[in-house]
Amino acid sequence: MDYTATLISAMLALVTPLIGGLLMGVDRKLTARMQERVGPPLVQPFYDVLKLWGKVPMIASGLQPVLAFGYLGFAFVAAGLVTFRQDLLLVLFVTGMADICLTVAAFNAKSPYSYLGGRRELLAMLSYEPVMLLAYIAIFLVTGSFTIRGIYEYGAPLLLVLPAALVALEIVLVIEMKKSPFDVSGSGHAHQELVRGVFTEFSGYTMALVELGHWTKLATALMILSLFWAPSPVIGGAISLAMFFVALMVDNLYPRLTWQRMLRTTWTVGFALILLNVAALAVGGVIR
Amino acid sequence: MTLIQKARLKSLWVMHFDCGGCNGCDIEVLAALTPKFDVERFGIVNIGDPKQADVMVLTGPVNHRNKRVLRNLYDQVPDPKMVIAVGTCACTGGIFHNCPNILGGVDKVVPVDVYVPGCAARPEQIIDGVVLALKKLAGEAPEEDE
Repeated sequence: MDYTATLISAMLALVTPLIGGLLMGVDRKLTARMQERVGPPLVQPFYDVLKLWGKVPMIASGLQPVLAFGYLGFAFVAAGLVTFRQDLLLVLFVTGMADICLTVAAFNAKSPYSYLGGRRELLAMLSYEPVMLLAYIAIFLVTGSFTIRGIYEYGAPLLLVLPAALVALEIVLVIEMKKSPFDVSGSGHAHQELVRGVFTEFSGYTMALVELGHWTKLATALMILSLFWAPSPVIGGAISLAMFFVALMVDNLYPRLTWQRMLRTTWTVGFALILLNVAALAVGGVIR
Repeated sequence: MTLIQKARLKSLWVMHFDCGGCNGCDIEVLAALTPKFDVERFGIVNIGDPKQADVMVLTGPVNHRNKRVLRNLYDQVPDPKMVIAVGTCACTGGIFHNCPNILGGVDKVVPVDVYVPGCAARPEQIIDGVVLALKKLAGEAPEEDE
């Protein structure tokens, strides 16, 4: 990789949290419009994080700030891995580490709400990570490589060969964004779930760090989805933004379901979509 | 004014606690969040977690059973924080003021910044009260009307 490409990747990794923050603003604005409200300004998430940063710290346990930094750190490393076109499996595991930091921080405080939120966050991971893994294996079967560079070198858009896998990843996106119907572990806006679920014990700057980590994770997830039209970042970006919009529509259309329904949906519909896609490709002779 | 002070005025997370009123004021508080008033356009969000709240909106008179809960919740809200007493009961005890089990208004237990009288307080009045709290947070002297 030459010098300019490295520089662009580094710049892109640095602005990932900011892109995520703007997307959260778009989320709040669009949600408000869908509910026939005016909605907050586009930069509202930035106001929120600045305000949280300025609050007097109230730390629930000694380990909590470290784990909050860990959540943001791992999310940021995952974003860097994507912009530097590294291994998709590594991205999955590093994002998983970020989530583990969040759940351990939730377990660390002596609060039943945060504890239940942490358990539900683990269940959410149990729901979406196998589907993501299967989708990446399907990408490997098509392109012959787990790396993002391999997807770029494949040439043809992945959407044309793996359309059902993208639908499965839409379900994953809804869970990752903590949106209805799968916002069991803690939800945004003015929704409440077990007080604030996994975020209950965070306050002040630790909550600001968790928010930043959440923005980074959202932007990273959308960057990975844009790989489905890898040859053109513009069309890829449009696809991922369309999926973001669909997730918001789903959020406003459906009530919250139980975690059992979440697990059942991903482990049946998600698995079936990807496996059928791969089977169709094998029959069609695209993969051997 | 620093950036954080500016952000503080644009992002107010409200925790709403009913000390034991008739729910009339609670319904009016929630009415402020509906599309008609839509306080979220000012960044005001209703939140259930005291640790992330900036403003406590209290309704109903304090009694001996919930004064400890109220004090506990107040202590869990990190500074800088504001307390708004909504409704006549929360301000003075209202029609319950001479009941044996009632202490009186919420200011018997926690320091109150803004009083919003009314039975029940209208959403417009509650929003006015929040605007007054914002002015106090910004360090401005409140106006001398009403």
